[in-house]
Amino acid sequence: MNYSCSRYELKCNECGKRFGNQPLSACPDCLAPLEIAYDLEAARGIFTRENIAAGPVNIWRYAALLPIPEGFQPDLPVGFTPLVRAKNLGKRIGATNLYVKNDAVCFPTLSFKDRVVSVALANAQKFGFDVVGCSSTGNLANSVAAQAARLGLKATILVPADLEPAKILNTQVYGARLIRIDGNYDHVNRLCTQIADEYAWGLVNVNLRPYYAEGSKTVGYEIAEQLGWRLPDNVVVPMAGGSLIRKIRKAFNELIYLGLVEEKPVRFFGAQATGCSPISVAVKSGADYIEPQRPNTIARSLAIGNPADGPAAAKMIRSSGGWAEDVSDVEIVSGIQELAETEGIFTETAGGVTTAVTARLYADGRISPDQITVSCITGNGLKTTDALTGHYQQERAVRPRLADFDAYIRELDGIAEPELAIAGAN
Amino acid sequence: MSIKVTLPTAFTRHTDGRKQFNSTAQNLPGLIADIDTTFPALSTQIKDEEGKLRRFINIYVNEEDIRFLGGETYAFQDGDEVMLIPSIAGGSF
Repeated sequence: MNYSCSRYELKCNECGKRFGNQPLSACPDCLAPLEIAYDLEAARGIFTRENIAAGPVNIWRYAALLPIPEGFQPDLPVGFTPLVRAKNLGKRIGATNLYVKNDAVCFPTLSFKDRVVSVALANAQKFGFDVVGCSSTGNLANSVAAQAARLGLKATILVPADLEPAKILNTQVYGARLIRIDGNYDHVNRLCTQIADEYAWGLVNVNLRPYYAEGSKTVGYEIAEQLGWRLPDNVVVPMAGGSLIRKIRKAFNELIYLGLVEEKPVRFFGAQATGCSPISVAVKSGADYIEPQRPNTIARSLAIGNPADGPAAAKMIRSSGGWAEDVSDVEIVSGIQELAETEGIFTETAGGVTTAVTARLYADGRISPDQITVSCITGNGLKTTDALTGHYQQERAVRPRLADFDAYIRELDGIAEPELAIAGAN
Repeated sequence: MSIKVTLPTAFTRHTDGRKQFNSTAQNLPGLIADIDTTFPALSTQIKDEEGKLRRFINIYVNEEDIRFLGGETYAFQDGDEVMLIPSIAGGSF
């Protein structure tokens, strides 16, 4: 299988200028973010349902519409995570046609960031970088560290100093150089833009950002394919930098353009934590700019107070007829518990945000119960267990004797001994 | 009173390669006016057709986004380090 799509290049969405392929993320003239433009006509006849079905069961089945350099041979089976019907959660929140896209089990590091990193690092190698890195709120750090190790690249990763311990450990274990910065993500990100200016490093979400961001499209391709090549009515997506939600839409539009799915208006709904809700605020107020915030939420993976793609995301959400909501830290924890208790999916705080926002959108009547709705879960709960500290007690140990066990169960259930005996007799 | 202004590499083609310069501007509008005079080509790059600072540029004063300090109303202090950075800066080899 030929994995490369040679007809793509950097393009400025503001002034329309094209820049070939190079590690560059802002237009040198008007400073707007660059994106990847494809020759979609060249993909016609190649990017088909049949060819995709014949490809591997991972994101590389969509390689014809990913910015992958000539000769690239994919190594890791990233993505193609389950899209599960969420009947139990649906029952609880009043939805009859709800699905969960479960990137909590994305390979190799249990978050959707594995998708973007694999595309970014393919390009990092092409551009000849020996050192790669990123600014990260955790999941990206884990993924860059793991995939760099696999590819034999050195990794230097910058994170806010107050990151969850599990996310720090899950970066260090791969041998990456982890640098904790005394500041929030926006401070880290600003520093990384300066580093990219001075060091010959491939920073996946800075100078490799246009390539990196394209990896998010695979979430959209997978949703459509897993729904039997049709689009949902609504998508609920967590927002940090504001990139994922736009890329899912880009994926849907490409599928429509190439005739893989029928055209259909899809509404996009963004989810944020109230403690860091710059995009949600912009959507609600109708503003075309982002008022930056100082993040204060347990959803640290979404804690970007000055999101780069925020203005574009807010505009796209409104134009789709969608909406954005934000929820409190208490609701985030409830969202984590609700998804786990109903569907057996343990997500991190960002998934708690998405689940709680999804519930609110139904409660407020913004989504009709019978519409096909996909809630995007992007990360794994094992990485943010500290958010649940104090919610579950470790009970006393019971002696390994049946009588003790019986007594203990009666105690837990609050049942007196005779009642249990009668119940057992029936 | 003097502030130190730092520019990203992408801007230095309009400043004869200089990445830093000093300014006596009192506030952000004053700094823009200073750039108008000192580096007219840079001024064209960082402003849009209406003469406003392009929305893709972020301005930081001593590590902090100037919008948290009052934006255009913030009065520069002696020794402030001011940085202009595209919201996602372009990198180079």
